[in-house]
Amino acid sequence: MSFADFSDLLDDLYFTNSNLSKQAIFADYLRRTPDPDRGWALAAIGGTLSFDLFKRNLVKSLMEERMDPYLFQLSRHYVGEMSETVALAWPQSPEPTRLNRLPDLHEVIEEFKARDQGRDRAGIRDYLIRLLDNMSPPQRWALLKLGTRGLRIGMSARTVKKTLAEMAGVDVGVIEELWHGLSPPYEALFAWIDGAADMPDISNVLTYSPVMLSHPIDEEKDLDGLTPDTHAAEWKWDGIRVQVAGMNGEARIYSRTGDDISHSFPDLAATVNWDAVIDGELLVRPANESGEREIGSFNDLQQRLGKKKPSAKLMREKPAHLIAYDIISEDGASFRDSSLDERRERLEAFIAARNPDYYSLSERLDWSDVDDLRALREEAAASEGLKEGLMIKRRDSVYVAGRPKHAWYKWKREPFLLDAVLMYAQRGTGKRSSYYSDYTFGLWGEKDGEELLLPIGKAYFGFTDEELAQLDKWIRNHKVARYGPVQEVDKELVFEVAFDSAHTSPRHKSGYALRFPRISRIRWDKPAHEADRIPALEALVGK
Amino acid sequence: MNKTERSTATLRPFARKLVMEPNPEDWMAVRDGQFYCVPADCYVDPMTPVDRAVITHGHADHARKGHGRVWATPETVDIMRTRYYISDDTEATKLRYHERHDLGGGVTLWFASAGHILGSAQAVFEYQGQRIVAAGDFKRHADPTCEPFEVVPCDVFITEATFALPVFQHPPLEAEVEKLLRTMTTLPDATIILGVYALGKCQRVMKTLRLAGYDKPFYMHGALRRLTELYESYGQDFGEWRMVSDYDRKDKDRYRGHIVLCPPAQVNDRWSRRFADPIPAAASGWMQIRARARQKRVELGMVCSDHADWNDLIRTCRETEAGMVWITHGRVEALEYALEREGIPAKGLHLIGMEEEAGE
Ligand SMILES: [Zn+2]
Repeated sequence: MSFADFSDLLDDLYFTNSNLSKQAIFADYLRRTPDPDRGWALAAIGGTLSFDLFKRNLVKSLMEERMDPYLFQLSRHYVGEMSETVALAWPQSPEPTRLNRLPDLHEVIEEFKARDQGRDRAGIRDYLIRLLDNMSPPQRWALLKLGTRGLRIGMSARTVKKTLAEMAGVDVGVIEELWHGLSPPYEALFAWIDGAADMPDISNVLTYSPVMLSHPIDEEKDLDGLTPDTHAAEWKWDGIRVQVAGMNGEARIYSRTGDDISHSFPDLAATVNWDAVIDGELLVRPANESGEREIGSFNDLQQRLGKKKPSAKLMREKPAHLIAYDIISEDGASFRDSSLDERRERLEAFIAARNPDYYSLSERLDWSDVDDLRALREEAAASEGLKEGLMIKRRDSVYVAGRPKHAWYKWKREPFLLDAVLMYAQRGTGKRSSYYSDYTFGLWGEKDGEELLLPIGKAYFGFTDEELAQLDKWIRNHKVARYGPVQEVDKELVFEVAFDSAHTSPRHKSGYALRFPRISRIRWDKPAHEADRIPALEALVGK
Repeated sequence: MNKTERSTATLRPFARKLVMEPNPEDWMAVRDGQFYCVPADCYVDPMTPVDRAVITHGHADHARKGHGRVWATPETVDIMRTRYYISDDTEATKLRYHERHDLGGGVTLWFASAGHILGSAQAVFEYQGQRIVAAGDFKRHADPTCEPFEVVPCDVFITEATFALPVFQHPPLEAEVEKLLRTMTTLPDATIILGVYALGKCQRVMKTLRLAGYDKPFYMHGALRRLTELYESYGQDFGEWRMVSDYDRKDKDRYRGHIVLCPPAQVNDRWSRRFADPIPAAASGWMQIRARARQKRVELGMVCSDHADWNDLIRTCRETEAGMVWITHGRVEALEYALEREGIPAKGLHLIGMEEEAGE
């Protein structure tokens, strides 16, 4: 199918806000598009293309040859982005080679790939020019974004997988399980979705396995049913939940959502010389003042997150460490249908054989009644932010993808509360697009001797429809200035903001960032000048 | 961008010294940020009430109320009356295209079509053998709701530069209409809430949709009614259109699979809550820029401009064979630079009150 259809698809997805509509549009395309085009489109949108078709620099140099530099600069400055500027302003070649038809998406990809493998740089250049000469601006945009893998059309990997799951009539967990075991152009996947073949067999492929998640405990209803015979308690560590997987000498570290983050933690990945899938919490182990290594806080870990290639120094100072919660499979045998207790036994044996610098076992806590659990939760609250609270798991729970009811509970320590002032509001998306439902709030602080509000965070609406309407009305009546989609309001309304922890952050104006901020109450009664001040937040950092 | 970068990039292969007799700036001056024809004692599209005003077209950034005397095309005078810009105290003179009129002080005025909206005109001023054309807003792309643009050879051509960057190359409106119809096929149960300006854009989009074969009734916001009726009184046919206000507010499903037209500000506002599965859409020249379209919270942007795009601006300046081009507002620097590269002396004026996007 022509590249034009791919470009239409990207445009439709880019400008559509609701995830449901995005899914409908994408599914429609995948149904009417043959292999291998649909598979390449899936790779482009799902972010699994593994190579650039051409380099950004080539695009830039083509423009410099063809367009007056001053006008290019003005244009680029106005548009704010290079690919789009080129897509819109591309000056045709004096004698362009006219194509009778635009090639198919797969032809474009294969042609660039072939020329790249032949190290034919002039060929890549000529082919790019020929395509750009024959394309409309949206098609050029699609090509430039595809070619340099800069495609951001606001469709999450999760939405992509949901689309596929719905087409196949299976739970999204099934797609999650398959996803990392397959590669573009996904012909086996589509054959199965079409009903023309069995589900692809990925048992010999190293891949992400969907994880099991917990529900927040309902203190009123759930606490009474807990006994040490039926439930086991562990710390809920404040790191990042990961899955470490090994097979045939290969290693992968996946985030909770299935992103491959191995490159950020090569030190941990290098220890994997086994075939198994381990579920755990990733943290770092910096040395304390007396030179002993201890589990570090989320703040310590933060420096290693998102690093493409961490330096040797950073890895020495903040080595990665896994606190193991669970074992999903070992040597080709899946334990998903075994009970937690059975898996625990296997996990203990597995971890006992590992290097303790990199692996430890999540401790099973001693308790006999709910009061003990309360005390443990207090202990977590006093852990200087190391432990977020407790995990309480049914001892007979099997390992299910997603969030099964009444299997695992999380009991977080009490959130911190601060009274902050509403500063800016923005309209929501989808159903809520006509309401102001996205809020930025701040605390009082001092800058250059002046008392002013410094923004500390942003949260979406979390109230009833009635409260939302009330708040929407208040905002409409208290508009100050507008910055694009952002509406500044009178600094008069106080929110009680709850959050799990606070961290220093040079990226934020106030110097602080909150984890999981949510608005717990609207304080219609409280005057803005009585809201909290920055030092109150300062005192909570790392707590 | 600093001056040095610019001057090193500037090449003026054909730049020539301009000598004109009389000096056009002596009889067409900029006074209080607007054009003032000195011998005729008359302003062009003034933003503040004046005694004597020549009006190129009915958009609010060109036509205002409170003038003593007004010269305009018959359509523009009717539009101004509909919008209450002309009261009983205003004396309005209607001039058809090409109808020559003695404006006093030795100045002759006539209008040439500008292709922008119904009745839009370029104001042609002649004085002592010299001709200055104030083009107002104009476009060269086809528009079934107004007369096409006419090239008037002149000594000085006064143009705007709203879309004066190489990134603005407006596609044919037919292609954009196809895009809209394609969305309606993919999402047949949605309601398209299309933001359009009441004067010109609304009618051009309706007419182009009809020509593309769209035959369902349009639903319309009250603010668009009077000007659409005015277009109809000039013989335009938009097929069936209905007022949203005529139907029960709870009847959300009635609009599924249809196009609802409203002013741009209403697209994402409370008014649009009455429709089932709304898709916010807009028809505007700015829709070409993705970030702009997203910022306006538009899910379906039709690139539809009633102004000349980059190539048409330059082509038009060239075709008028003007010895000098004055640029009123918009991306003045880019157009000034490009014209000078072509050997056409150009001067940016940066007139006030003509802010970007205020323009209709
Ligand atoms: Zn106008």
